[in-house]
Amino acid sequence: MKRNAHVIALLVLIACGVMILAASIFSQNVSAAGDGKITGTVKLDGTAPHMKGIPMDKDPYCVKANLTPQHLENVVVGSGNGLENVVLYLSEGYSGPATLSTTVPVFDQKNCMYTPHVLAMDVGQNFDVKTSDQTTHNIHPLPNPMTGNIPWNQSQPPGAAPVEKSWKAEEVIPVQCNIHPWMHGWFVVVKGPYATTDDSGNYTINNVPPGNYTVTAWQEEYGKQTQKVTVAAGGAGSANFTFKAK
Amino acid sequence: MWTSLQKWSLLLGAAVAVALPLNSSAQLTTQDIDVRNGIAAHVGSITGHVKDAKGTYRRYCVGCHGTLGDGEGENEPWVDPKPRNFQLGVFKCRSTPTGTLPTDEDLFDTIARGMDRSNMPQWSHLTKQERVDLVAYVKHFSPRWTNEKPGTPITIPPEPEVTADRIKAGRDVFARVQCWKCHGVLGMANGPSASTLTDDLGKPILPYNFTEGARPKCGETDKDIYRIFMTGLDGTPMPSYADNIKPDEAWDLVFYLRTLMAQHSKEKGMAKSLGLKPVDPNAPAGQQ
Repeated sequence: MKRNAHVIALLVLIACGVMILAASIFSQNVSAAGDGKITGTVKLDGTAPHMKGIPMDKDPYCVKANLTPQHLENVVVGSGNGLENVVLYLSEGYSGPATLSTTVPVFDQKNCMYTPHVLAMDVGQNFDVKTSDQTTHNIHPLPNPMTGNIPWNQSQPPGAAPVEKSWKAEEVIPVQCNIHPWMHGWFVVVKGPYATTDDSGNYTINNVPPGNYTVTAWQEEYGKQTQKVTVAAGGAGSANFTFKAK
Repeated sequence: MWTSLQKWSLLLGAAVAVALPLNSSAQLTTQDIDVRNGIAAHVGSITGHVKDAKGTYRRYCVGCHGTLGDGEGENEPWVDPKPRNFQLGVFKCRSTPTGTLPTDEDLFDTIARGMDRSNMPQWSHLTKQERVDLVAYVKHFSPRWTNEKPGTPITIPPEPEVTADRIKAGRDVFARVQCWKCHGVLGMANGPSASTLTDDLGKPILPYNFTEGARPKCGETDKDIYRIFMTGLDGTPMPSYADNIKPDEAWDLVFYLRTLMAQHSKEKGMAKSLGLKPVDPNAPAGQQ
C-alpha cells in the first residue's frame, strides 16, 4: 500500500514535469508568433493641482534658456484630463525575459529640466544620460542600495559626452541635480513590457504574450493602482485608470 | 506524522520564501549580518577578521555607528554630519570610481585619518591589526560585499612639475567644469548653488571651503585631492569628473586648487607673483 503511494507520487511528479515543459515550449512558440498588447488611458478625476513656476535665478543660463518660466512636473494633465508621465507595467503574470527592450532610451538635461521627466526602462536595459545645456549639471540618482541598485553621481559640463548606464533591480529611483535643485526626475525600472502615458494620458504596452496579468499604473504624486487584464494570442487587452486629485 | 501533502506544501512554502525579493525598506537584523562573519580584509600583508574586531568595535565605534552598523548608535541624535550607515555600503573617500565599493585600503585609511569637521576622530593609535580587523567588521554589515567586488582604483599618472602655465590651465578647468557653482570663484563655499545642497539623506550639506585652512576630508596630499574630483564623494552632492577632466588636466586643477587653499604652498606663491585673478562666471566658454 505504502509502496503504491510512492509510485503514484512519482508518477504525478513526472506528469507535472512533462506538463510544465510542454507549457513552457508552447508559451514560447505562442509568444514569438502572437504577442498582444494592452492599451488604455490614464485620467485625473478632479482639478489638477497648481504646478508652481520654477525660479531659476541661481543660474542665469537657465533663465535665458527658458523664454517662459518652467513649472514643476509632478502632475502634468493634458487634453481630456489625461495624465502624462504615468508608467504602466505588468506587475503579476509575466514570466518572460526581464530585459525585453533593446532600445537605448535617452534622458536629456535640456533648458535646465529633465526630458523626459519620467524615464521607464527594463532591468538591465541600457539608457543614455545626455546634456544639451551650456551649463554644468551633475546627474545624481538616489536608489536604495539595499535593492542592488547602487547610487552614483557624475558631472556633465557643457559638451560632455553621454553616459550609458543600466540598473540591476526593479525600483522607482529619484534622480536630481545638486547644482540646480529644482531638477528632479524619475527612473522607473521594471521587468518586461512597459509603457509611459503621452500628453493625452494614452498608452500602449506592446509585446505582451497571451495570459492573465495585473497591470500597475505608477504616478509620482498619486502612487500605484492595479487592474487585472487578460490578453489573448495576438489580441489586445484594455485597462483605463483614474487617479483622484488630492 | 505529516502527510506527504503537508511535506510538499512546507517545501513549497520554503521555496517561495527564499524566492521573495529582499524588502528594500527593511533594516538588516543581526542574523542577516552574521551570515557575513567570514568576510576578511587585506591591507598589505595583514589580514583582518570580523571575529577579532568585535571588542574594538563595541568599545570605540558602536556609540555612533550602532550594533547593526546602521549609523543609529545612541549618540546619533547629537551627531552632525550623521554617522555612516555601513549597511548601505556607500562611502565618501574612495580610490575607486563613483558607484563602486571602496578598497580595503580606502577604508583602512579613513579609519586612521578620521573625518575632518565631523565627529569621526582619528583612530591612528589603534594597531594596524586592529584597524584591518575593523575594516572586515565594517564590510560585514553590507550585503554589497557579497554581491560585488570593489571598483578598480583610478589610475593617477605621476605628478608633473608645477609651472605657471599649469596653474593657469588649472584655472581654466575650474572655470570650464564650473567648480565655482558650489565652491565659489574664490573657493569660499559660497557659489550660487552652495546654499541648497543636500546629501543623499536629504540633509543640508556645505561644499568644502578652501580658504579656511580645514583639512580636506579624504586626505591632504596632492594625490588625495586629485582623487576627490575624479571619484566623487559618494553620498554627497560632489560628483565624479572622471569623464570630463583628462588626467593631465586633473593635475593642473590640483595645482590651481592649492592656490585657493589657506595652507602655504609653492602654487600659492606662484599665483601671487602671476597676479592670477579668480575666474569670471560670466565670461564666455574658453575665454577666462
